[in-house]
Amino acid sequence: MELVCPAGNLQALKLAIENGADAIYTGFRDDTNARHFAGLNFSDAEYEQAIRLVRTRQRKLFLAINTFAQAGQWPRWQRAVDRAAELGVDALIVADLAVLDYAANRYPQLPLHLSVQASATTQEALRFYQRSFAIRRAVLPRVLSLQQLAAVSKEAPCEIEVFGFGSLCIMAEGRCQLSSYLTGESPNTCGACSPARFVRWEEKNRMLESRLNGVLIDRFAEQENAGYPTLCKGRFIVDGKRTHALEEPVSLNTLELLPELIHNGIRAIKIEGRQRSPSYVAQVTKVWRAAIDAATHAPENFSSRPDWQQALAQLSEGKQTTFGAYQRAWQ
Amino acid sequence: MQISLGPVLYFWSKENLMEFYQQVANWPLQRVYLGEVVCSKRRSLRYQDWLQLAQDLADFGKQVVLSTMTLLEAQSELSMLQRYCDNGDWLIEANDMAAISLCTERQLPFVAGPHINIYSARAMAVLSKQGMQRWVLPVEMSAAQFAAIRHEAQQLNINMPETEVFAYGYMPLAHSARCFTARHHDLPKDDCQFRCQDDADGIAVFSQEGERVFTINGIQTQSGKKVDLRAQWSAMQALGIDAMRFSPQSEGMAEMINAFANSLVSGDTAITPPLEHCNGYWFGAAGMENTLAV
Repeated sequence: MELVCPAGNLQALKLAIENGADAIYTGFRDDTNARHFAGLNFSDAEYEQAIRLVRTRQRKLFLAINTFAQAGQWPRWQRAVDRAAELGVDALIVADLAVLDYAANRYPQLPLHLSVQASATTQEALRFYQRSFAIRRAVLPRVLSLQQLAAVSKEAPCEIEVFGFGSLCIMAEGRCQLSSYLTGESPNTCGACSPARFVRWEEKNRMLESRLNGVLIDRFAEQENAGYPTLCKGRFIVDGKRTHALEEPVSLNTLELLPELIHNGIRAIKIEGRQRSPSYVAQVTKVWRAAIDAATHAPENFSSRPDWQQALAQLSEGKQTTFGAYQRAWQ
Repeated sequence: MQISLGPVLYFWSKENLMEFYQQVANWPLQRVYLGEVVCSKRRSLRYQDWLQLAQDLADFGKQVVLSTMTLLEAQSELSMLQRYCDNGDWLIEANDMAAISLCTERQLPFVAGPHINIYSARAMAVLSKQGMQRWVLPVEMSAAQFAAIRHEAQQLNINMPETEVFAYGYMPLAHSARCFTARHHDLPKDDCQFRCQDDADGIAVFSQEGERVFTINGIQTQSGKKVDLRAQWSAMQALGIDAMRFSPQSEGMAEMINAFANSLVSGDTAITPPLEHCNGYWFGAAGMENTLAV
């Protein structure tokens, strides 16, 4: 099983390599990738270095061109694919039909991974992408239970990668428009959910308020952990009750499910967090490397160690973790 | 401009659905989309019932399309999808790539629903080649973006499919594995007791300042305000939009469809949507905004 780790910059990439990532995924510094934040991602010169680093250490470099090409702006997505091919990355992570079509025809030797943003949840959807673009791997949205995942994996025409750890996106990725409903910008159109320029923090009556484009997302008392105002994790009023109507601020952590994921033929585990710090990447990678090695060598004896769990809990949103949709009860 | 009626997004009882569609048969509209697109546990109508209803509406001169599920999770849902695609008579609205896959394998034409991601003429062309006959724009698409797609299509010599805009109702914005209605009632999804049947138009979600933000509808999250693009019909027509979709609500649909059809006939564009409705997406703004209210 391959461990696929995030890197928002060179330092994170180095630390991911040192701590045992098999592959590192990155993005260009523009809206061709779905983590389009200021100060994040790789310039051309940094990519040259990144390629040298992964080659020296015999790891893989993936490049995410995983937003949807917008009409009239095609040259940016085309250039991104051309540049990735020139650099010789090991795979492209792609969601858009036009980008897939271009890459598959222009660079048939360059492996294509279907991005989670393509929202493929069944073997039938995967068959479409495999037939049309010869995808080698697909990253599945975080909406399937373990049993459902096993069924898809068994019938899939390509390798399957799933999310193991990090921010929990509770909606089917690539089909969520909550962000643009409030701000006009969505992951699909602008490569970011709850874009930072619409976020406002205000102290009022000893409470901290978070707003997105003026709409109150949550209020936090002094001792409370204040989460970033993603819409699905805000506190709202439903039937007169103040509640996390959709989800609490919490991170996904499937470490304990590793033997089952391996048993079900999952080819790779993805760690979320290109926007997180290099030290986050280092710590998470280290834990998951150790866990995957243990689970691969002796799956029947695998148990998730308390020090691993403690380390991961420290790095989680609201210091809480969940199996998310993998566990039917969460749904 | 054609008027189309989208699939009922809520869980209505068999009785209510049958009564609703009985009225629809006589409404001045051309297209009707039928089927359950949100949750496969909602089965007030069975597959055969939908087919019968399709036939009944077709007998009244409606173009009928069967809409498929948006988020597929269980293998049983995939089998049901296969049955829909194998129906032999009715056009399919694909709301997931799995449906497109099945239609293309069978060389059947299909409608790409609002949950298929197309944001450029190039992406549109990929699906047109596979049999897409009609395209329902993503709800977040603006008039300017659509115009850019049309322009791009012209430059690349790509034919435009028929196009349809989600023009009235609560917009479906997101889908999750989790059922928010069950969660609201403190019930597990596997024992949801079909509580969504109590909310004919979903459950309102307000900010802590009382502003309506979203609408919960089972695993679906909808907009808090209704989109209302009725006043844009003439501009849309000029842009090359073929149909406007009305998403069924439990009340007032008959009056609205009749009045709108009259506007189309008389060429009346002076429609004033209520200020609490929204139209932001179409004007390139946040979806919740009402550009007329500013």
